[in-house]
Amino acid sequence: MSILVGKNTKLLVQGITGGAGSFHAKQMIEYGTQVVGGVTPTRGGEKFEGKVPVFDTVDQATKATGANASVIFVPPPGAADAILEAFDAGLELVICITEGIPSVDMLGVRRVLEAMQAEARAKGSKSIPRLVGPNCPGVITPDECKIGIMPGHIHKKGNIGVVSRSGTLTYEAVGQLTALGIGQSTCVGIGGDPVSGMDFVDVLELFQADPDTHGVIMIGEIGGGAEERGAAFIKEKMTKPVAAFIAGTTAPPGKRMGHAGAIISGGKGTAAAKIDALTAAGAKVAPTPSDMASTLKSMMK
Amino acid sequence: MKIHEYQGKQIFAKYGVPIPKGYPAFTVDEAEAAAKKLVAETGSSIVVVKAQIHAGGRGKGGGVKVAKGGAAEAKQQAEKILGMQLVTHQTGPEGQKVKRLYIEQGLEMVAEMYLGMVVDRDLRRIAFMASTEGGMEIEHVAEHTPEKILTVHVDPTVGLSAYQARELAFGLGLMKYGKETVAKFVRLMSSLYECFVKEDCSLVEVNPLAILKSGDIVALDAKLNFDDNASFRHKNWAELQDKDEEDPIELEAAAAGLNYVSLDGNVGCLVNGAGLAMATMDIIKHAGEKVGVAPANFLDVGGGATQEQVTKAFSMILKSPKVKGIFVNIFGGIMKCDVIANGVVAAAKELGLKVPLVVRLEGTNVELGRKILSESGLAIQAATTMADGAKKIVDAVVSGGAK
Repeated sequence: MSILVGKNTKLLVQGITGGAGSFHAKQMIEYGTQVVGGVTPTRGGEKFEGKVPVFDTVDQATKATGANASVIFVPPPGAADAILEAFDAGLELVICITEGIPSVDMLGVRRVLEAMQAEARAKGSKSIPRLVGPNCPGVITPDECKIGIMPGHIHKKGNIGVVSRSGTLTYEAVGQLTALGIGQSTCVGIGGDPVSGMDFVDVLELFQADPDTHGVIMIGEIGGGAEERGAAFIKEKMTKPVAAFIAGTTAPPGKRMGHAGAIISGGKGTAAAKIDALTAAGAKVAPTPSDMASTLKSMMK
Repeated sequence: MKIHEYQGKQIFAKYGVPIPKGYPAFTVDEAEAAAKKLVAETGSSIVVVKAQIHAGGRGKGGGVKVAKGGAAEAKQQAEKILGMQLVTHQTGPEGQKVKRLYIEQGLEMVAEMYLGMVVDRDLRRIAFMASTEGGMEIEHVAEHTPEKILTVHVDPTVGLSAYQARELAFGLGLMKYGKETVAKFVRLMSSLYECFVKEDCSLVEVNPLAILKSGDIVALDAKLNFDDNASFRHKNWAELQDKDEEDPIELEAAAAGLNYVSLDGNVGCLVNGAGLAMATMDIIKHAGEKVGVAPANFLDVGGGATQEQVTKAFSMILKSPKVKGIFVNIFGGIMKCDVIANGVVAAAKELGLKVPLVVRLEGTNVELGRKILSESGLAIQAATTMADGAKKIVDAVVSGGAK
């Protein structure tokens, strides 16, 4: 097993005919991901790479292909709309890679998503709609399904979950794990935006419940309070070992460090506060980014 | 992105947020003319001369002066403020040169309030914060008397509700200025909410929000920050940007599509990805803290950088006089290691490499990248891991400094 994505994931690619969308659709197909369709309004009826059918709307694509997940490469002006379209079509997992969506747009998306999730829970439905990202590398279950832009070849199938706000730092952690011969169950990039979908808590909850995940690497960074909420969850609910790293110990306050969400504002969201919260919760925080995998290894029996 | 107070007030006016009369001035003559005009329009000889810099704390730093004697006194104040190096708690010790003024009518107020708005990322709502402690730094109020800050969160699907604005109005005790004042405050909040959403703000602060003798409410200050992600739908932002307020190197980087932040240290960093770039800064500090070695910059070339962008990025680091060593740290995903290697070699050949360079390459096309570097004839130390790279660059800078 694994979390979020696997052999049974049937994927749509929204923005499949664009530059990034087509490049990564090919890479995902090559990795073995079941890409069942693409969506580009006005391009319905075409075939991507001579094989994958392209549709005008997500609704048409879902009905025709039986897709259950979507990945979004739509540029920022239309990305929030693309997310809403995917959920409205009934897809249970939407992964948004797009970087640069305005916060105001994401506030609306979040509100609609929360309402849909509450409705699904009230009905007792097993399928709860989930959003990963935006501004994230995606989700991969090694050897089964790669959704997003991460380099597939660095991964190795195994039992460690990785959850991270940063793309390349996730690759760094995965590279370290693989070099130590330790494989991964699923790696989830939750993205670097201030307003987004799944949080550390949501992913940790799934890792804790997944019998094939035996330990977790959690990678946070300055800004917001997601790491602190993650720490509270670790303290109360996690029985599996969690190694963590927080980027930005040396970041100056008030400056946006690349990611829209990586900013210390009003003295809040410092790396020190997050490291303290995680340490107090029983996670082991790696002293440097070079020690993420070895720190976790030291905690595993 | 930040803008000046007078620009913020012009935007406020568009949404019906009440502001005092005022005019921007770029010279002493313009300041005098603006003051004359205000005196004629208002019938009062009291005007305020306000330095326009992006940093807060201008009043305490001597950048805001009340001229009670009309245009002549305003001119004298303008002469003093324009061109001064204004130091506030937000500018750093070197201060910021004042190149623009705002000349505003003086108003007699009976109370000063604070009203601010931010995106509360943890609750995913726009939050309004209000306090009776106007004119003070809100961080100070939050730390010492948090009970004096009232907050409401706005549901994005319905927008601001009138009851929420009333809650704040009554909470601030505005009834003592009359029920008209309460109604005016509710209208002002509604205008501010519309402004925040339509202008894609990330922060709006009115400090102070003044209650006048008449019971009117006026925004005496305006601080607006914009959400950079929304620039595609605000073509006017380019005109609002004041390049004198920005770090020239950061501007140059932004124009080339690079994320760059200047820091105080001596090791230049070129990295792909924001998280890895921050982590690279951290590990340099970790390795070099005791021997005076620290990162000189944050630089994320991004995932899809071209060779030209990498060349540009590396050139910017090479040109910085404070850089005594360079660490290139790449974990190639979409970014191919050979693209990085070619960019680094091109820049180093053009500008000459006079400081130690440590390169750590990993990921896509790593073998090709390493080959390009080793065949370049440049003095490059290869590193196997981040920790190895950080140690090597720290050692190189320390031994270079000893020469």
